[in-house]
Amino acid sequence: MPPSNSAPTEKIGRPAGRPIEAAPRNTFTDTIRLRLRVPAKLRNLELVLLLFACAIVGSSIALVQLGALGKLDGSVLVIGTLLGVLAIGMHVAMRFVAVEADPFILPVITVLNGLGIAEIYRLDISRHLTGWNAAGVRQIAWTAMAMLMALAVILLIRNHRVLQRYRYVAMFVGIVLLLLPMLPVIGQTVNGARLWIHIGSFNFQPGELAKIALAIFFAGYLVTARDSLSLVGRKVLWMRFPRARDLGPILIIWVAAMAVLIFQRDLGTALLYFGLFLVMIYVATGRASWVILGLGLFVGGAIIAGRVLGYVAGRFNSWLDAFSPTIYNEQGGSYQLVQGIFGLAHGGLIGTGWGLGRPGITPLAESDFIISSLGEEIGLAGLFAILALYLLFISRGFRIAFAGQDDFGRLLGVGLSFVIALQVFIVLGGVTRVIPLTGLTTPFLAAGGSSLVANWIIAALLLRLSDSVRNQPRLVVE
Amino acid sequence: MNKELKRVSIAVLLMFVALFTSSTVITVFQVDNLNADSRNVRTLYDSYSAERGPILVNGQAVAESKAVNDPYKFQRVYSNPLLYSAVTGYFTLNQGTTGVEGSLNSYLSGTANDQFFTKISSILTGQNPKGASVSLTINPKVQQAAFDALGNNSGAVVAMDPKTGAILAMVSKPSYDPNPLASHNTTDVIATYKKLLADPTRPLLNRTIGGDLYHPGSVFKLVVASAAIDSGRYTPDSQFPNPPTYQLPLSNTVITNAEGGTCGGTPTVTIATALRLSCNIPFAQLGAALGADTISKYAKAYGYGDKFSVPMSVTPSTYPINTDVAKLMLSSFGQDEDRVTPLQIAMTTAAIANKGTLMSPTLIKEIDAPDLTVIQPFQEKAYGQPITAQTSATLTQLMVSNVSNGAASNARIAGVDVAGKTGTAQNGAGKSNTLWFTGFAPANDPQVAVAVVVENGTSFGNAVAAPIAKTVIEAVLNK
Repeated sequence: MPPSNSAPTEKIGRPAGRPIEAAPRNTFTDTIRLRLRVPAKLRNLELVLLLFACAIVGSSIALVQLGALGKLDGSVLVIGTLLGVLAIGMHVAMRFVAVEADPFILPVITVLNGLGIAEIYRLDISRHLTGWNAAGVRQIAWTAMAMLMALAVILLIRNHRVLQRYRYVAMFVGIVLLLLPMLPVIGQTVNGARLWIHIGSFNFQPGELAKIALAIFFAGYLVTARDSLSLVGRKVLWMRFPRARDLGPILIIWVAAMAVLIFQRDLGTALLYFGLFLVMIYVATGRASWVILGLGLFVGGAIIAGRVLGYVAGRFNSWLDAFSPTIYNEQGGSYQLVQGIFGLAHGGLIGTGWGLGRPGITPLAESDFIISSLGEEIGLAGLFAILALYLLFISRGFRIAFAGQDDFGRLLGVGLSFVIALQVFIVLGGVTRVIPLTGLTTPFLAAGGSSLVANWIIAALLLRLSDSVRNQPRLVVE
Repeated sequence: MNKELKRVSIAVLLMFVALFTSSTVITVFQVDNLNADSRNVRTLYDSYSAERGPILVNGQAVAESKAVNDPYKFQRVYSNPLLYSAVTGYFTLNQGTTGVEGSLNSYLSGTANDQFFTKISSILTGQNPKGASVSLTINPKVQQAAFDALGNNSGAVVAMDPKTGAILAMVSKPSYDPNPLASHNTTDVIATYKKLLADPTRPLLNRTIGGDLYHPGSVFKLVVASAAIDSGRYTPDSQFPNPPTYQLPLSNTVITNAEGGTCGGTPTVTIATALRLSCNIPFAQLGAALGADTISKYAKAYGYGDKFSVPMSVTPSTYPINTDVAKLMLSSFGQDEDRVTPLQIAMTTAAIANKGTLMSPTLIKEIDAPDLTVIQPFQEKAYGQPITAQTSATLTQLMVSNVSNGAASNARIAGVDVAGKTGTAQNGAGKSNTLWFTGFAPANDPQVAVAVVVENGTSFGNAVAAPIAKTVIEAVLNK
């Protein structure tokens, strides 16, 4: 849909959503009164689930205290309650501005975020960190910030199609965000990967936000360009390959991914963006040849990089032969990976219990290896629950793509949920040795502000998209 | 577009199936290997953080775990380290465990199969896991007396109750302090361990049951005498030629009696006198007459060549089956390749004391679960009957006169019949002697059988080892 058409839709989309609102609105309070009278089944379901989510998180934090401290300490529970209030505030806001939004998304990410806070808090206890030094306290502050940002997104973006208009702005923002860490002075190298910017005492991983901008750009660009990308081309064997002149975009993205791989030294981030692009171009054009072409380019690039760049080869060796004593003892070898696996094994089926394991042994237990910390304390059972929550979240996103009316919204929905799925796979697959370990954060769970903000914004966009999906059929029927 | 979406959904599902599978493989299928990996410090921490059971002597803890504020949660503390180190052994983070700490580790750490239900119930009730407590048969008074009497000598003392096999004292000197080895600072532990290992006096050896073993010298004559009398081929009054020196057949070696000269000054000498005065030449002839196979049969019946667990494993003592007569003669008075542990010598004496029945030696009085239920009570077990009660009575008589009127005069205790045998084993030209005493008392109702060995001696067993044994026997008899 061309951008010019989206303006009138935006105007009528919300008020005309249900018959009762068709009457002209006189005052603001009038509107509220009318809206409150509408039975909001989905929101009620969301409220019940959200209270349940808060109960899970609250009891997790309480169990952490009982396990690690041997007593209950009110302070953190009070802060936790504040977060619960914030989540419920978001829920209340949606009762007004996104009545038909998906009821599962908010409770699911509340649980995930809360479990992350509980585990990070638990690690703070074992390291005797308090106040602003404690990653858990910072995580709580970031969660509050992320929730406010998500709320702002829901309130400001009343119609997702506005975003399509800004696709080239999004592209520009995405590229700038990607390049920021490479700048001198503010760019910062952490654990060998140059993914951070550093301003004053403020650290941020702009790449996390870039994935939103890029998803918006890909969706907007592919909706307009997909005809030329899918219809013409030469047939080789049974598959139709694109014309050379249409290869431009994929080559640009490939170059960008390789630049991330080489200059920012992060295989995971490169894989994430490139995978996102491949899936979106495949969904938009329906041409498997793009995937094959893209995978070929990426694997080829990665193999060459593996030959040339020591760190890529190191990652592969640590993955394939993690338990070999030489690699285990090497600087930057598999020590961390193996300790994380020991943590998972220590947890076994049901885990040691909150606060009773020894997750602190693994380096970066609160960020890159949060999942092995959780696995140690809540066991395989807990891991399965977390994976199921992710799967639920992702399936709600795909639902938008299946049920949506406009292609931009569908592409954006699949892009945003797939980027979460891929990130979960890259991180957890790295920790459990399905693929080589890379330095991405576990969405919603891991300690880190940028990741939290970015993922909450993704959730907010999905909420907004799901609200539109449910509203649109009525628009058509009426 | 929906067809593509379906395919992408399937791809996502497959990605998650991979994650479900990989996490299951780690936590279910590889878990045993991963937990057993030596680099897995979590397992190590776990074995330490369960409150390890104490080792008790007469109800008092000689090794116990005290709560501390570090990742290991408990610090092993030895309350009387030098006195009991031969028994308790040490418990280290990274250099292994020895002694009772090592051989009863599964009970002390609460992981023994017998403790499975205790473990389950502590999980269900939320209590901290706790290991079993091990009570030892050691009598603290006897242990202290033996430790003090041995003084600065290198050597060992074993005392046991001949009727039950209970070990009453087990002292090995020089001793060491296991406390620094139980430190949670692994660098310190390694440094201490290396220092102890490099010490030329070898304090880490438990000389009562292991190490390089000793030549038994004349105390081995008890085995030869047992064979002679119990086989029925000789009586205590059987006569043997009594020269002052004797050249071994087909050899240049000339042997003498320990004191020099003949054995008692008569042309022939009885086995009784030869044992009483501890003469080598008559026993060399007796051994040759009996043959290596007969002596070996009796040595085996006394426990030579067998592995005992007290519960620490005891190095088997050896008696070689020599076809060469010269060597057979040497081995008949405890030289040649005869190698023994002090425990083996105490067992031999204990069997003679206990009417010929040898009780299996043990240190375990009782193993109790944290809830005080008995996991393993005292197990009195007869090992065998190396000699008849009649032989035992005869040998007892010979050993009593050995103390009252013979070579073991320094073990005499007023008002008590002490049965004993001394030994002075030679370790080769220019080397110091190994001094022995073994005996039991009272002769008519034995309460204790004891073996004392002192290394690097310059005099005789009677001068050095017998007084030590006397002190130990007195401690048992409350004299």
